[in-house]
Amino acid sequence: MDFDLMISSFPKLLNATLITLKLLSVSLVVGLNLGILFSIMRINKNPIINKFAYGYSYFFRGTPLLVQIFIIYFGLGQLEFIRSSFLWIFLKEPYWCAIIAFSLNTGAYTSEILRSAFETIKPGLIEAGKSLGIQSKIIFFKIQIPIAIRQSLPAYGNEIILMLKGTSLASTVTLMDLTGVAKYIISTTFKPIEVFIVAGGIYLFLTFLIHNLIKLLEKKYSF
Amino acid sequence: MNIIKKFSLGLLVSLFLTISANADKIRIGTEGAYPPWNSKDASGKLIGFEVELAWTLCRYIGQQCEIVEQDWDGMIPALIMRKFDAIMAGMSITAERQKAISFSQGYADEVASLAVMKGSDLEGISTSEGINLTKKTGAVKKDLKTLTSALAGKTVCTQTATIHQNFLESGDVGKINVRTYKTQDEVNLDLASGRCDVALAAAVAFTDYAEKSGKPVVLVGPTFSGGAFGNGVGVGIRKDDTELLKAFNKAIDKARKNGDISRIATKWFGFDASM
Repeated sequence: MDFDLMISSFPKLLNATLITLKLLSVSLVVGLNLGILFSIMRINKNPIINKFAYGYSYFFRGTPLLVQIFIIYFGLGQLEFIRSSFLWIFLKEPYWCAIIAFSLNTGAYTSEILRSAFETIKPGLIEAGKSLGIQSKIIFFKIQIPIAIRQSLPAYGNEIILMLKGTSLASTVTLMDLTGVAKYIISTTFKPIEVFIVAGGIYLFLTFLIHNLIKLLEKKYSF
Repeated sequence: MNIIKKFSLGLLVSLFLTISANADKIRIGTEGAYPPWNSKDASGKLIGFEVELAWTLCRYIGQQCEIVEQDWDGMIPALIMRKFDAIMAGMSITAERQKAISFSQGYADEVASLAVMKGSDLEGISTSEGINLTKKTGAVKKDLKTLTSALAGKTVCTQTATIHQNFLESGDVGKINVRTYKTQDEVNLDLASGRCDVALAAAVAFTDYAEKSGKPVVLVGPTFSGGAFGNGVGVGIRKDDTELLKAFNKAIDKARKNGDISRIATKWFGFDASM
């Protein structure tokens, strides 16, 4: 065990953790919005709308995240008409390719989490609202959505943790995130165990923080 | 019952045989993604200069061999952790790597080169044909200066953990924006897509790609050797494996004397890259 290496690589890895957190937070914000949108589409009665939302979540939950990143990064980069379009401004950058892949992926899972939460809301609650003469729009925003969000907190916390670990795939498209920098240090020191232990420890600590934050929220919004 | 007994006995015997067969087999690690040094054919079989050379060297050593595939970025750790006994993966002999493992004498040498897509503004840079970084003479310094200003602001792509990355980060061509990839294939893809303005690798890696893909990849600037680019490509071996190191050195001597290395190199590179 080379403890000096563990200590000297720690600040570099901590610095790279910022990139990991940036990737995670941006894709979670975009993914949550996508998830809300697609979960609402899923409970829509129009078959075209809900089939489309179903297809989206089916595709992104049914293929590995790594394959999705490669399709977006290396796949789309091969197509001439994409390279000559305005989309290339974003797709040229590995950072945006990773954000797009992560957002679409977490969006698909979030839409499923929210959909099942919507479906577990007791019809009695909605009927109670109706019997009080509340507009269905207000019932949706003031009753259904808050309950759905509370119901889905534990599952969504899980999704955040999975996504945190998913961001390690950003290193496959040249981004220097926590895993990317760990691999870089290993490539010059040839000591994988020491460096991966430190990197793994940082991931574990982040998971610990996320886990407790979600627990706190669950307590705050319990009923 | 009898059948089960016979079956398990057979299983034990076959297990024992495979273990004992493996015991005196030399396992050689290669990447299989760096043509023409080592790559895979359409059926997934390992081919290339080093694969053929490995079989030849094993014949001279007089032991059975097995060629194992390993990702480039984990090559040296895998050797140290005994996943295989020798590396033949276009790995140049450098001082940095020699801190971790031993190398046999070099068996082949490659020059590195920058490459761009046809039409790049870098096509016009004028330098000498080749520079050797071991001795930084006035002419070498002048070329490095030309390169420094030509590469400023450009995205330069290369494979991770290579002599090429070391050179780009050495400061010899100033502070540049380096992007590193897991495999040379990925570097080629991003050079072709335009994400990379310019790439650095073994010159043959680019000419091989241009030939096979039909993409207009062109070499620019000087060819590089010496200094950060190491002293040829050798067999990487664990430091405590002195017997195996001796065996490989002897085998390389024999293969060189009999003209095997030149013959195999010419077959795969199109020129004699042996040393």
